[in-house]
Amino acid sequence: MPLQPPPLLDLYRLMLLARRLDERAWVLHRQGKIAFHISGIGQEAAQVGAAFALQRGKDWFAPYYRDLALMLALGLTPLEFVLGLMGKQGEPSSGARQMPSHWSLRRANVVSHSSPVATQAPHAAGLGLAIKLRGGDAVVLTTIGEGSTSQGEWYEAVNWAATHKLPVIFLVENNVYAISVRQNQQMAVEHVAEKAVGLGLPGVIVDGLDPVASYHAVGEAAERARRGDGPTIIEAKVARMTPHSSDDDDRSYRPRDEVEAMKARDPLALYRQRLLTEKVLSEAQDAGLQDEVKGVIEAAVAQAEAAPYPPAEDAAHPVYVEDVRRG
Amino acid sequence: MAEITLIEGLRQAMDEELGRDERVFIVGEDVGPRGGVFRATLGLFDKYGPQRVIDSPLAELSIVGVGIGAALYGLRPICEIQFADFIHPAFNQIVSEAAKMCYRSNGDWTVPLVIRAPYGGGIGGGLYHSQSLEAFFTHVPGLKVVIPSNPHDAKGLLKAAVRDPNPVIFLEPKKGYRLIRGEVPEGGDLLVPIGPARISRPGADLSVFAYGMMHHYVLQAAEIVAAEGIQAEVIDLRTLLPIDRAAILSSVRKTGKALIVHEDNRTGGYGAEIAAILSDDAFTDLDAPVRRLAGPDVPAVPFSHPMQDWFMPNTEKIAAAIRELAAF
Repeated sequence: MPLQPPPLLDLYRLMLLARRLDERAWVLHRQGKIAFHISGIGQEAAQVGAAFALQRGKDWFAPYYRDLALMLALGLTPLEFVLGLMGKQGEPSSGARQMPSHWSLRRANVVSHSSPVATQAPHAAGLGLAIKLRGGDAVVLTTIGEGSTSQGEWYEAVNWAATHKLPVIFLVENNVYAISVRQNQQMAVEHVAEKAVGLGLPGVIVDGLDPVASYHAVGEAAERARRGDGPTIIEAKVARMTPHSSDDDDRSYRPRDEVEAMKARDPLALYRQRLLTEKVLSEAQDAGLQDEVKGVIEAAVAQAEAAPYPPAEDAAHPVYVEDVRRG
Repeated sequence: MAEITLIEGLRQAMDEELGRDERVFIVGEDVGPRGGVFRATLGLFDKYGPQRVIDSPLAELSIVGVGIGAALYGLRPICEIQFADFIHPAFNQIVSEAAKMCYRSNGDWTVPLVIRAPYGGGIGGGLYHSQSLEAFFTHVPGLKVVIPSNPHDAKGLLKAAVRDPNPVIFLEPKKGYRLIRGEVPEGGDLLVPIGPARISRPGADLSVFAYGMMHHYVLQAAEIVAAEGIQAEVIDLRTLLPIDRAAILSSVRKTGKALIVHEDNRTGGYGAEIAAILSDDAFTDLDAPVRRLAGPDVPAVPFSHPMQDWFMPNTEKIAAAIRELAAF
């Protein structure tokens, strides 16, 4: 099935929602209402484009912690995200056991990941192997930052997938920084996609500030995977427009002019302008969307603030499957 | 009943589970046409094909990591690590991922995975083909750790491990692969539950706890000291995690004395946990200090035979330890 034209306004709405929600998380942190936030601001376009290029409900996902926009596009609700930020009961990824933004959403085929980076990559290869063994044309998308592609786990996973022609898309969200370490201290290649040469699979570079470009790149990789032609590495050149996390201050390692230049290329602003120019979106429509998103977030925050914490004794389980409680 | 070797028990278990459940597959180094370096999977590639018995790249962390991914999908992988000594690259996947998946997803995602690994010394394997490393994994909630000591349990426990919904570390006493023979029922569906220990030789004077290869030597030592009038009760622990506290306490409440034997090194070894359980819950029942006979605290088993023999507990050393404890 050829890739359909991208749903331009849906992409925009999700990018906008992710951005405003992420900004709200920073405010909640400043207000002392949450203990930690790790941001995806500047990476929304690549994520939303990827999500819309895949078949939600059928395909599988092994994401990483900057993927708020991806998760919202896959059906995570703003309330569920804020419950996670606050460690409140009902948080769907871990029952508030994990830190915020450690995704898992069974209903959307999003498998759980941890904090040690790149651990999700072999899982993606394993999901791809299972799909291949059991038949069917689902694909697996796994995401990662460029710094984490230094890990052996990522190389081993890509090697597995390439050797066994598994239906996996390795999407690298290259925001140039691994906390404080720039890409040129991380690898000798200029582009992560070049690593594909040594591993025997295609490596594609895409403008990660453009959701439409991401949509097409991921869509093409998915078609390839569904045909049985194996995995693809996609390097999306994105921007980290914030410090690493709420516990980081990037002023010690990041030139301010670089940050300012990056903000001038804000993917949300660029995409909004494009939609306005192409008359896909009107100013009035945009204002309506902004209001709608604001309302959704306000309601989510209020509801999450009123929600209870999990009872302390929830910490005792479920260590084993036999301990799983369904309430 | 047919007498078979321990490794034949393992092979039968895998054969039967592959035949019973199409979600089961084997993945590891050389497990395919070669049948594994120890021949545990011999014939299974020919019988079930390359989709069910998969030769992996030579990379342990992804044998486990890929297995975890397949398990998340709902398959039932049996991952073979060629020697337990090579499992360390996969430690992150086992400890950070497999063991924590159920807890960290509040039960949404589970990892029904078996990791088979031959362990133990006395085979001239030197530092990196001889290690016992059960204590690394018995420290990790979320894992189950199983070590069979005979063909019957090897078969029945491995079949149970494949059906268990949790990750199971299945450590196999490789020195006993062909040395240890025993009767296993033919036909039927032999399952040995994960969890319970077993009294393999009843006795009244003292309790000896062991597993795997050391259990084999403990039985020999118990036979020797029986001729001298010492009745040792031998407990084959079989499952190290979860631990069968009731079986441990029940035996020591009867005998009043406990010796733990393992070839893993002494400090922080599994014997320390048994000693702690006895100290907590059987203090007033004890008539002697809890004794441990374990591998010495050197980094691993040396290659050259005199040094290897110095390292390894054996029947004579165990018999001596039993005599000493009996005389206390």
